[in-house]
Amino acid sequence: MATLAPTRQLTYSEAINEALRIAMREDPTVILMGEDIVGGADIDHLINEDAWGGPMGVTKGLVQEFGRNRILDTPITEAGFIGAAVGAAATGLRPVAELMFVDFFGCCMDQIFDQGAKLRYMFGGKASCPLVIRTMIGAGVNAAAQHSGCHYSVFTHMPGIKTVVPSTPADARGLLLSSIRDDDLVMFFENKVLYAMKGEVDDGAEAIPLGKADIKREGSDVTLVAISRMVHQSLAAAKTLANEGIDVEIVDPRTLSPLDEETILDSVAKTKHLVVVDEDNPRCSAATDIAALVADKGFDYLDAPIKTVNAPHTPVPFSPPLEQFYIPSPERIADTVRSLF
Amino acid sequence: MTVTDHDPSVSALDKSALLAIYERMIQIRTFEDAAGKNFADALVPGFVHLYAGEEAVAVGICAHLTDRDYITSTHRGHGHCIAKGVDIPGMVAELMGKSTGVCKGKGGSMHIADVDKGMLGANGIVGGGLPLACGAALTAKTLGTGGVAVCFFGDGASNQGTFHEALNLAAIWKLPVVFVCENNGYAEATPFSYHCATSDIANRAGGYEIPGVVVDGLDLFAVYEAAGEAIARARRGDGPSLLEAKTYRFYGHFQGDTITYRTEDEVSRYRQRDPIQQVKSHALARGLASEEEFAAIDNRVQETLDQAWADAKSAPWPEPEDALQDVYVTY
Repeated sequence: MATLAPTRQLTYSEAINEALRIAMREDPTVILMGEDIVGGADIDHLINEDAWGGPMGVTKGLVQEFGRNRILDTPITEAGFIGAAVGAAATGLRPVAELMFVDFFGCCMDQIFDQGAKLRYMFGGKASCPLVIRTMIGAGVNAAAQHSGCHYSVFTHMPGIKTVVPSTPADARGLLLSSIRDDDLVMFFENKVLYAMKGEVDDGAEAIPLGKADIKREGSDVTLVAISRMVHQSLAAAKTLANEGIDVEIVDPRTLSPLDEETILDSVAKTKHLVVVDEDNPRCSAATDIAALVADKGFDYLDAPIKTVNAPHTPVPFSPPLEQFYIPSPERIADTVRSLF
Repeated sequence: MTVTDHDPSVSALDKSALLAIYERMIQIRTFEDAAGKNFADALVPGFVHLYAGEEAVAVGICAHLTDRDYITSTHRGHGHCIAKGVDIPGMVAELMGKSTGVCKGKGGSMHIADVDKGMLGANGIVGGGLPLACGAALTAKTLGTGGVAVCFFGDGASNQGTFHEALNLAAIWKLPVVFVCENNGYAEATPFSYHCATSDIANRAGGYEIPGVVVDGLDLFAVYEAAGEAIARARRGDGPSLLEAKTYRFYGHFQGDTITYRTEDEVSRYRQRDPIQQVKSHALARGLASEEEFAAIDNRVQETLDQAWADAKSAPWPEPEDALQDVYVTY
């Protein structure tokens, strides 16, 4: 008889922290780099103490165990330190670099996509870039246009990069372990709104392979492919719709590159309906990509047009009512589902 | 900033070291002359940027390096590759886009690389290699390999943000890295006098409180000595340096450049100071080697290169579907 592993309640933030600790314990070449991921460098009373432990405290408590030689506070110099992380990854380290907010990618994109993502290919497969870039995404805390975007679609478009979009603490922990052990460049998108969310995590749970979707709710009438925080907005919509007799299945792709096409297509084959829910801007988005996939390979399954629910094609606004309008809500998701029947 | 003033008579290079250096330099010159000719004959697709004239820099620096040391390079990277020991027949095949190229034809002239030799790639992005060199140096420091990283870049790259970010990062972390600016007087078709706010790029080291040294980049001995000091400093754990080598490219920015921005007079002035001839004259004048010995090296290098081109011409193209390989390790 199988014994159930004991579970604990961890926040999404704690789950990420735990994955970093496990990875650093098992592999001495894993180092962390980022702006104030410890904080207080060079301050006498903070030699192996956090001032911050990251702007949201995600990396708190690690420096006491691993020291500042493996957890490097960087200056505010994204091209410099992200590029250094690429160079370190190509020469024998396994860095986990923190790009504080994904919106800052403009400061270092050359180092990510022209250097890190392409070097293996350009060098004929004779090099690799085992680098993880952790970065914060998502609207919902009134951080306005330059600290609230999602932008995972931009990176998913680019060959040589893997994109990971965990929606729960257990997924964040398991996917981060796989990302760090992976030999390719991984962008790991942490939704800032989820950091405080608690969830069950098995003690000693295995890493979750990249490229394997998870069905977050089984249902028979419509498939919602929901990304990152949109899983939770979709679960809320599913509850409402259940009362109306519409049974929703929610597929969480968990990684956008690679994408688990099979699980998505199998679900649509069963439900005959597809709505993709994505907080990123709509044009050339993960939503349009998944819609195109199903239009191409699953057209015959469909009983209704494919629908997408995205943020509007605008930057993220500041004012609370504007931002609430921007974020795809359970109501918008439910309305879109209703329009199919 | 300091300007090195060397005395060739006290150069530490003995005969065998000097001949090895000469051979590397002539390998580069011969390689570049052939690359230019074969590009004109449409045997080399794409863009080609030739290093001829700048040989003293790559060779004078890399003579201090081993396979455990890393270099980053530029779009003008053939010379750095050869100086770092990358296989020349593999380079020739790579220029042609053949399957036998060092990068299996996936990189070409502008991305030629061999990580096993510590050569982290020519680079199509001006200033792209500077942060990468910091990373290679961080690996050496973290793992205690004793290795150093050398970052080659041009005068044009010194105006990119990555130059300043990399120097600052290397300075605060005391990384074992040497930044080598090959100031050949032109960023593409724009002269240094126009594009740069300082008369010597080495002055910019002052902003990061690291050594900044100007050397005559046409003088192998000057480069060799200054590089020895900077690399030893990095190996000791004393941190980075910036070395500015004033040099000159004998060809244009790229093959096909009409070079309307330089006078014939200027080019011939520099050609009269050919860095390879300077090494040869130095050795001959001191009786370190004979004309016959130099001729033997020249012939050997030319024969090897001719064979490499012949082999590359008959080598197979990559299979078209090979385009789909080598994006990821696993996917």
